[in-house]
Amino acid sequence: MPALALSVVEDPPVDEPVGGTGAARIQTVDTVQALQARIDSLQRTRLDSRLLPTHEALADLLPAGGLQEGAVYTLSPSSALTMALLAGPSAAGAWCGVVGMPEFGIEAAEAMGIDLDRLVLVPHPGDQWLTVTAAIADALSVIAVRPGRAASDGAIAKLAGRVRERGSTLLVAGAWPQAEAMISITGSRWSGLGDGHGYLSEREVTISVSSRRSPRPRSGRLLLPDGELGIRRLDRADAAQHTDATQPADATQRAHERWSTPARRAG
Amino acid sequence: MTRTIVAWVPDWPILAAVREGLVTAGQAVAVVQQNRILACSSAARAQGVRAGQRRREAQSLCTELRIVPADDDRDHRLFSPLIDVIESLVAGVQVVRPGLLALAARGPARYYGSEKAAALALRSALLAEGIPDARLGLADGPFAAELAARSTAPEPTAPGERAPVQSVRIVPREATAAFLAPFPVTTLGDPDLATLLGRLGVRTLGDFAALPASAVRDRFGAAGAHRHALAGAADATPLLPRTPPPDLERVLDLEPPLDRVDQLAFAVRQLADDLVESLVARLLVATAIRIGFRDEHGVESERAWLHPRSFRASEIVDRVRWQLSGETRTLGTRPGSPGSAAERGPGLRSAITRVTIMPESVDALAHHEPGLWGAAPDERVHHALSRVQSLLGHEAVLTAQRTGGRTLAERGALVPWGDRLVSPRPADRPWPGALPQPTPGTVFPSRHAVTVLDASGAPVHVDERMRLSAAPAGFAPGAGGAARPVTSWAGPWPLEERWWDIPRRRLLHRLQVVDSAGVAWLLVLEGGSWWAEARYD
Repeated sequence: MPALALSVVEDPPVDEPVGGTGAARIQTVDTVQALQARIDSLQRTRLDSRLLPTHEALADLLPAGGLQEGAVYTLSPSSALTMALLAGPSAAGAWCGVVGMPEFGIEAAEAMGIDLDRLVLVPHPGDQWLTVTAAIADALSVIAVRPGRAASDGAIAKLAGRVRERGSTLLVAGAWPQAEAMISITGSRWSGLGDGHGYLSEREVTISVSSRRSPRPRSGRLLLPDGELGIRRLDRADAAQHTDATQPADATQRAHERWSTPARRAG
Repeated sequence: MTRTIVAWVPDWPILAAVREGLVTAGQAVAVVQQNRILACSSAARAQGVRAGQRRREAQSLCTELRIVPADDDRDHRLFSPLIDVIESLVAGVQVVRPGLLALAARGPARYYGSEKAAALALRSALLAEGIPDARLGLADGPFAAELAARSTAPEPTAPGERAPVQSVRIVPREATAAFLAPFPVTTLGDPDLATLLGRLGVRTLGDFAALPASAVRDRFGAAGAHRHALAGAADATPLLPRTPPPDLERVLDLEPPLDRVDQLAFAVRQLADDLVESLVARLLVATAIRIGFRDEHGVESERAWLHPRSFRASEIVDRVRWQLSGETRTLGTRPGSPGSAAERGPGLRSAITRVTIMPESVDALAHHEPGLWGAAPDERVHHALSRVQSLLGHEAVLTAQRTGGRTLAERGALVPWGDRLVSPRPADRPWPGALPQPTPGTVFPSRHAVTVLDASGAPVHVDERMRLSAAPAGFAPGAGGAARPVTSWAGPWPLEERWWDIPRRRLLHRLQVVDSAGVAWLLVLEGGSWWAEARYD
């Protein structure tokens, strides 16, 4: 449990309590990260990278404290992870799209909190998945897409540009160059099922997120789903100590406020 | 006071049910609403069934009574052809309710020569439409005319009698008050007033009409004064003739016939423009249309298209193209090519000679005006999705809906964007036998064959007592491959559906297993082989 819980900050080489050298290295790493963040903020292409209302159990694992509008994330192939990421925006009133996933479970999506009235599926886009994604990115806020046939870097860059311009978020179940973050499930354990008795009830997963800005992956343990079919964070206390607590919380708050005002919806 | 003809078809709800094919004529039938008899057939009436009885009571009086639930929609739908028939003879028809029409007598009476001739002409028109019994009443004002129609005698069953005279009753102008006088006050259709008048000793319309008008107005107000006027044959209720619905259907006859989708789409463009313009001129928009084709062999095909907002001309052309492409696909000329409609385009099996476009439901234009400050986000969504639909076809863009059922495939339905789903299986029922929550996130569109093995590597099966032959220790893809070890499992949970219906019966056993990677699977045994149906990932 500690190894998983503390991996947000712990780095094996730094772990050794050997006085001066260890502390110095920690300082160096911190300095490097601070510089990187500063470079990032100076190089930012947009003045304001706005956040989508993300489920609070997942928000602080993500680089900016939530899903950013106009960004591309890659996911490991897991429908529960996709649904968990779609659930937050969908519950706040965003339209969601699912492209190229014919096996997307509707009942599970609804149980996870996705509003089916605002869910659009294009299960078989064929070779035109890029065109289709670009077309619906004009109108839908979050799009989960499984890439079909490999596309050229140029076409992918064009789509990424379009998504950035339109402010919709892309969740790619596959490879994607220049993704904002890679979100993957690294551990999974189901409970409730015995040796010939019981039934599946809860699943404990470890989600790790590695991004361009912080090369060390953040990870967190969640119940996905928990006993009430919701999403619950298990290591919240640990996570709160180490992450930059104020900034993401503020950002998430702002995202929820922005989405709950009718003006934004009408616009 | 206008001379009024009322045409009455007795027991119209029964007749509508017969015409719909729900029951056969001559049976003892009752139309029931909220456990009360609304109407009954003459065979049922002969056994004592009356309108207003409770259903149980009616069934105890007449054991072979067939019960049909009331359906306003059916009554109106089947009555409208009869209105058209009457309207083709005379103008200005008011539909009081299905089965009852009122119209001014002056015009028809002058055209046919006399009031009686006019009434007989209407009656024979109704009889020609297959109505067994049509009654007509002619009097001053609709109220008296309806009473006259209801006081006619039923059709004599023996042939060669003076039938028409009996089923048409004409009350002369001066005799209307005298005709009304003996009817009880309950015929005014106001139970409260009728009870009160009964307690005051006023029992017939004649008694009521004899009261001074000013006294009635003082005591009973405007509503009472109106009823007093009805009773005194001073019925001033104006007739409200219906406006015949405009003919919005557009037909395009093609000479020579066209057999290419792109040519047809081009030819239909003008028609679609014309349709939308004529709708807009009436301040209407179409929210559903029906497109029909007839090919050179005379085969007709049609289907309805819905629109989440309203049809524009280009969207109608799109629907025509999709419908034609769909027919090409089902005919099998180009099976399952996922390319664009333009690639699929040409080459219909037989040339089309006629295209019909009919608006199925229309709505006021004002409801579909874009707002002053930009359009709603749904409008943008619709535009984007329509673009994808014109790229991939109508069925490529789907919305999801929960439906009820026991197997995973039954518990969700995908509907093309713009269409509506009417599910026969409501999702809010308990559905015992369905899988417990949580449901799997990955439901394979076509399930994969697997083999389930026990610890010794032998296949696992379920015996007739629904027990597993051995605990499952692993499962492998059916094609052969590395087996995944099973760390925990539960089942088998049997599901037997429709055992009484041989072609549709299903018997399957379900097994939840967790493999060594921590991923759970739903395995199903059906027809002697195991399938991986879904994954909890």
